[in-house]
Order: sequence, then structure tokens, then C-alpha cells
Amino acid sequence: MPPTQSRPLTQQEISREIAEQARAHADSGVVSSHPDRDYAPYRSSLLRHPKQPLVVLDDPEAAELSGPVFGVTDVTDLDHDLTRQHLAEPLGERITVTGRVLDRAGRPVAGQLVEIWQANASGRYAHQRDQHPAPLDPNFSGVGRCLTGGDGEYSFTTIKPGAYPWRNHENAWRPAHIHFSLFGTAFSQRLVTQMYFPGDPLFAYDPILQSVTDNAARERLVAAYDHELSRSEWSLGYRWDIVLDGPGATLTEDRLGTEAAR
Amino acid sequence: MTRSVPVEPTPSQTVGPFYGYALPFAGGGQVAPADCPDAITLHGIVRDGAGQPVPDALIETWQPAPAGASAPSGSMRRDPVTGRHLGRNGVDFTGFGRVATDADGRFCVRTLPPPAAKPYVSLCVFARGLLHHLFTRAYLAAPEGEPLLAALEPERSATLLARQERAGVFRFDITLQGEKETVFLDFQS
Repeated sequence: MPPTQSRPLTQQEISREIAEQARAHADSGVVSSHPDRDYAPYRSSLLRHPKQPLVVLDDPEAAELSGPVFGVTDVTDLDHDLTRQHLAEPLGERITVTGRVLDRAGRPVAGQLVEIWQANASGRYAHQRDQHPAPLDPNFSGVGRCLTGGDGEYSFTTIKPGAYPWRNHENAWRPAHIHFSLFGTAFSQRLVTQMYFPGDPLFAYDPILQSVTDNAARERLVAAYDHELSRSEWSLGYRWDIVLDGPGATLTEDRLGTEAAR
Repeated sequence: MTRSVPVEPTPSQTVGPFYGYALPFAGGGQVAPADCPDAITLHGIVRDGAGQPVPDALIETWQPAPAGASAPSGSMRRDPVTGRHLGRNGVDFTGFGRVATDADGRFCVRTLPPPAAKPYVSLCVFARGLLHHLFTRAYLAAPEGEPLLAALEPERSATLLARQERAGVFRFDITLQGEKETVFLDFQS
């Protein structure tokens, strides 16, 4: 069949683009933790990334060096357990996901909001626009929240989400993932990301994960299975620590030096 | 003196198309406390590089509390009985807003005017297709010598100026790409 404008791209074509991007980044010698906003294998990025470079702002008085505060009024006791938000238990493999939220200096981010959302065990979101013909689960919404503890720790009980198809290209499948939204002490530390599960065979095919071209950085998106966190005859445990980028309210070069001197 | 080595950051990933049942919350755009006579409306349309509205963007706004006080919590107050969102308490100014764009790519927040010394509302843009969020600022006034505005070419700085449509109503469109592309900011360094 001759290629036409409307023919969906094949996985082979997308995989070739992913490999080209990886090579180009390796050749450039620039190691970046974050994905380029301009990452063509993820087709939706084409018209949604700025072409002008970002304007670097080095202003110690910037409003973005402070940030919103959340507290006990903003979460309820059930929010961290996604298996207990309905009358019965959801279907799927019960898991706990726990870890710490840190800043670039390795200090815990305490008392801040962590929000998660995910597909159900069949790979279906409780969202009207998700048309994947997999069953919805009346006992699973897939939304969780918690505040970090004094040591930056967070914990969720949920079920392992399923992989699901999407329309980036033909036979495109997202590896199982949980979406995370995080706040630091400064608005400039804001992070939205996705946590993946170790050993997923879909990693190599997924342009969203592969948009993080540095191998070590990409591995930081993958949780570790931790048998110590698994509970006998109850749930499997995963550990995932999160490090927020960007200058915090008290994170400056001077402060980094001061901390190191202690 | 030994410098501590910063810990390597967790990479960003797109918010995707399906955040709608998780992140937006009741009263997310009602940042100003109830019945504040000086509250302002900040609204606009998010567009992509083809000039099309972006119907699945999420806009967050941030303004520090007045007079250097730390902002109170309570942006997302919840009802402990039903678990539903209660809205804000109607008195405190938390400084944080969050709204999803509608099918026309439009967003709208009602908030307090920022102080004269920092006459801007900070915005963070998330969207399907956007692998890493974007920061920008909506300036409600452009004082002489404002460092960021002064450092930009006039046609670029113009993208950061909210246009007053009528008393208390400001228009701020966000263009992700192309002609009139909004200036986006990097706080990383």
C-alpha cells in the first residue's frame, strides 16, 4: 500500500524516529533530565511546543519562588486509598506505592500535596473521552491525594493500572503508569509526571516515556518493586522517590553550599 | 568548601488527556474571596501552533498572599462526610487557582489584583501534547523599567500584557507556538 497522508504511522516508523532522537541527543552530549517539548515521535507535541527559547528569569523576588500551601482541609482520610472509595473492592492487583518527595538538595518536601490519577486494571480511564472498549469498574475511580509527611514520604494503596491503546500511531500502547502531580515550596518546583512499573515490555515502543532521551533520567520514572513493602496475602509494594526540579523558596546556590558545609 | 551535589530531578511527563476527573476542583477559578469588591476577572484562550483552541489544557495561577504573609491552605477544601469538594472558605486568599480550558480553549479565573510591586499573575500551562509544563506571567500593568518586560523586544513583551477589556476584566490569551507565541519562562537556573 503506498503511503498517503491519512495512513496512520506504523510502530516501525515511530520506533525509527525514537532511535534517531536518541542518537541525536547522545551525539549532542547534552544530558537533560526533562523531555524536549519538541519531540516529534509524540505527534501531539508538534503544534503544542514553543519555537522560541524560554526566557531565563533570575529574580530573587519572583513570585514563583513561593507557592501554594495545602493542609488537612484539602484531603480526606480515604483519599490515599483508591481501593476504598466505593461500596466494594475494585478488580485488579492490589498494590501500595510509597516513596519520598525531595528537592534538588535532597531535602524532604514536607506537608505538600501529592495527587495521582490512573486507568483501572483493564486499562480504562473513568473519563468520557476514553473510548477504549475495556470495561469500566464501578468500584474504581482512579483518583488519589495525600499530603507528604515530615520526611517527605507519601503512600497510596491502589490497583495496578492496565496498559491501554492510544492513537499516536497504529498499534500504539501506553505502558502501565500512574500520573503524579506534585507541589514543592515554590511554584517554580511544580511537577506533573508519570510513574511506570519495572520490566514493562512496552517501554521501548512508547514515545512519551522515550521522550526522556537520557537513559538514567528515564530510569528515574520507573518504580522499584520492593518486597519489604509487600504485605503477606494482601498487596505488592513499589517504591518511587520523586525529586522536584527548579529553585525552591530556600534553595539557592549559596544555601546548597551552606548545607554542604554542615 | 565542598558543594553538595544536587540530586538529579525526576523528569516531567505530559498531563495527558484524561486528568479531567482528577485535577480540576469546584471553585478552582474562584480565587478571590466572596464579595471582594476589587476582585478581577482574568480570562483568555489557549491556542496551538495552527491557531486552533486547545480544549484540553489545564491552567494554574499563583499569586503570593498580600504583604509577605504566607498563603493559607484551603484551595481544595473537602467535605469529610462525602469526600466532595467544598470550595474555599470564602474568607482566606490562598493565591492558587486551577481551571481546565473548555471546548473553545477558554479559561477564566476571578482573583484579587496583584500588588503594584509585582503586578502579575503567574501561570503554569499543562496540556496533552506538552511534555513539560510552561510558565508565563499575565501582567496587569507594565511599570517603567520592569526587569522582565524591559529585557524583551516590544513585540515579545506584548504577549505578557493582559489587555483590560472593561473595569475589572482582563484578557490574556496564551499562544503555545508560532506568530504571537507567548513568552514562556525558565526558573531553572
